[in-house]
Amino acid sequence: MLVIEGLHASIGDTEILSGLSLEVAAGEVHAVMGPNGSGKSTLAHVLAGRDPYRVTAGRVLYDGADLLAMTPEERAAAGVFLAFQHPIEIPGVANMYFLRTALNALRRARGLDEIGPVEFLKLADEKCRLVEMDRSLMDRSVNDGFSGGEKKRNEILQMLVLEPRLAILDETDSGLDIDALRVVAKGVTSLRSPGTAVVLITHHQRLLDHVVPDRVHVLAGGRIVRSGGPELAAELEAHGYADLEAMPAAGLSALIGPRR
Amino acid sequence: MTPRAQAVAARPSQELELPPLGQPSDPAWLSVSRRRAAAWVRANGFPSSKQEDWRYTSIDPVLAVPLVDGTGTTGRRPSLAVLDLLDLLGPRLGAVRLVMVNGHLAPELSQRAALPGGARILRLEDALADNPRQLASLWSWRSGGYPHALRALSDALATDGVLIDLPAGAVVEEPIEVVLLSAPGGAERWSHPRVVVAAGAASRATVIENYLGAPGRPSVTNALTQVMMDDEAQVDHYVMQADSTDGFHFSSLEVRPGRASHFSSRLLAVGARIGRHEVQVALQGEDAEIELSGLFLTGAGQVHDNPVLVDHAAPGCRSRQLYKGVAGGDGRGVFNGHIVVRAGANGTDAQQINKNLLVSDRAEVDTRPRLEIFADDVACAHGAAVGQLDPGAVFYLRSRGISYQQARALLVSGFAREVIDGFADGPIRQYAELLASAQLDRVVLTRQDGAAPAPAGGRASSASAATEGAAR
Ligand SMILES: Nc1ncnc2c1ncn2[C@@H]1O[C@H](COP(=O)(O)OP(=O)(O)OP(=O)(O)O)[C@@H](O)[C@H]1O
Ligand SMILES: [Mg+2]
Repeated sequence: MLVIEGLHASIGDTEILSGLSLEVAAGEVHAVMGPNGSGKSTLAHVLAGRDPYRVTAGRVLYDGADLLAMTPEERAAAGVFLAFQHPIEIPGVANMYFLRTALNALRRARGLDEIGPVEFLKLADEKCRLVEMDRSLMDRSVNDGFSGGEKKRNEILQMLVLEPRLAILDETDSGLDIDALRVVAKGVTSLRSPGTAVVLITHHQRLLDHVVPDRVHVLAGGRIVRSGGPELAAELEAHGYADLEAMPAAGLSALIGPRR
Repeated sequence: MTPRAQAVAARPSQELELPPLGQPSDPAWLSVSRRRAAAWVRANGFPSSKQEDWRYTSIDPVLAVPLVDGTGTTGRRPSLAVLDLLDLLGPRLGAVRLVMVNGHLAPELSQRAALPGGARILRLEDALADNPRQLASLWSWRSGGYPHALRALSDALATDGVLIDLPAGAVVEEPIEVVLLSAPGGAERWSHPRVVVAAGAASRATVIENYLGAPGRPSVTNALTQVMMDDEAQVDHYVMQADSTDGFHFSSLEVRPGRASHFSSRLLAVGARIGRHEVQVALQGEDAEIELSGLFLTGAGQVHDNPVLVDHAAPGCRSRQLYKGVAGGDGRGVFNGHIVVRAGANGTDAQQINKNLLVSDRAEVDTRPRLEIFADDVACAHGAAVGQLDPGAVFYLRSRGISYQQARALLVSGFAREVIDGFADGPIRQYAELLASAQLDRVVLTRQDGAAPAPAGGRASSASAATEGAAR
């Protein structure tokens, strides 16, 4: 479903992704871990189409199509969703209205009828219950003054309403209490299906205890330096990234390489 | 612009030709006042862009619209039939609606209703013929001189309008709507409508001025609203400026709040090629509270100018100003906010906020807040900012499937919400939302800068080739 080959991306003159390759098949959940500043959010933003990042080499195929040639909204219409590490506050735009606008934009792009306010209210209520989000947050401005945990729940809510085929969750599990973590896990699990793929960017194994990934990757120095099964997360939790960083990245990736 | 117009703008013009001053039925004081005002215009000429207050708003294209009709007729009627005019009017905003077409009251388009507490609405033309004293005092508000020729022209030429007379204690809950429609086809291309609100002690009313224009031959609206308030009166006032973008809109609001009175005025400006709405509040009674707010959405080819003067001359008054502007295309907004706190106006609490958003590289907003304080024990705060849409927020919305244009429109409407939320719940706010969202398209969608930036990944030049290459 998602094929990333030798991706190089920079911001300004600084290269941040340096030959990153990764392949995620439909139906799979992949975890991406790695030290701070290694380029995880950069990868997520490049996949979603964020502006200032410049791709200098490599390619990204999504269902065989060139993802990088698409605008962010085209990617969304094609089923790509990014849960932001730092969700943006948008004063003056009601959360409910925003989400209905987004859903209807996607539906239009897919040739479906728009959903009216009343019907949408029911849908939103149902999803709010699922993510145990205070219903009053729907009537407030998008993320405006939301607590850290409320913002993360709001990202999951959006994901459940927009029903993506490829969801990239950038540290959606960070800064969450135990209940919220369970909600995120529940959200990801409910999305999991043979037709969808999920990329979980995380620093903690605890989410992966709830959502057992098919593959775990380590991103360091702008590339995937190691890949393995769920046990890799436990190993990293125990030993940290120190061993990885001690080894020359190029040697490592040549040695282990991305999964096929 | 004609060479003649340029000459008029640049210097006084004793030869300036004006239409007949007023009506034969005018009382003597009015004729005197009109002649004095006309003489002022001839002596001082029209404002030029060298004047600080007019630096950003050129009056030259306005003066290209002749003050005196070439045919010599003074026909009032536009060429449109009553039904077509009704079509232009849009939703009714109150139980009472007075409609003026090209500066003249159109009774057949108006809807009247009995008002409580002895409140009356009079046609200004009739009221002037009846010669009430309060009108004489209004015409002399500017006896010390005029701020500019347009204001003087109103005193020289205004013959019709609406007088809202609220006796002491009268409480009118339903908004009183005055529609000021410019429709092409009439012989007169300038109109000088006047709205007068005389609010007796402890009276209360809401007055909406709804400016509308039909596209066509450019016309000039030169409106004046005067609000005089006795002690403890409350007037909530709205200006909806949706004049035709072919035409020019000038309006002045002059307010004299009484002791412990409450006045608010809220502006939504979306129309006109050049739209200038001037507000002057003279706080001469103690403990009055005023609230002014405005939202100007300025699209390509438009100028919106907002000079605001709040003059604290009495102690214990409180004033609040919130103005927000959005400019797109090559649109240009101006906020010129001036607060004066005179000696003796102790205990003044004045606040002024102006925030602006530029949604195109060619748009411009000039903000000039000024604060002059000559009293002690005052609390004054002001702030002004000009910013751009947050690219992070645009990206966030786009990543949810919302198009580039719609994302920008959403963010702008979010920015504008603070002002529109201050409009009373009900038809007036709904109407404001309607006008604003229609205008947003004009502001946000512009030819040159309307295109979304190249997709991320920045392989801009080779993106299409890459698409083909990767399609398989
Ligand atoms: N706009 C920018 N300008 C300059 N440097 C940037 C910019 N954005 C990201 N970087 C740099 O790119 C590197 C990778 O950042 P990124 O946010 O992708 O890391 P991350 O792996 O998500 O880290 P974390 O685990 O802390 O979230 C960092 O060194 C960061 O400082
Ligand atoms: Mg990150």
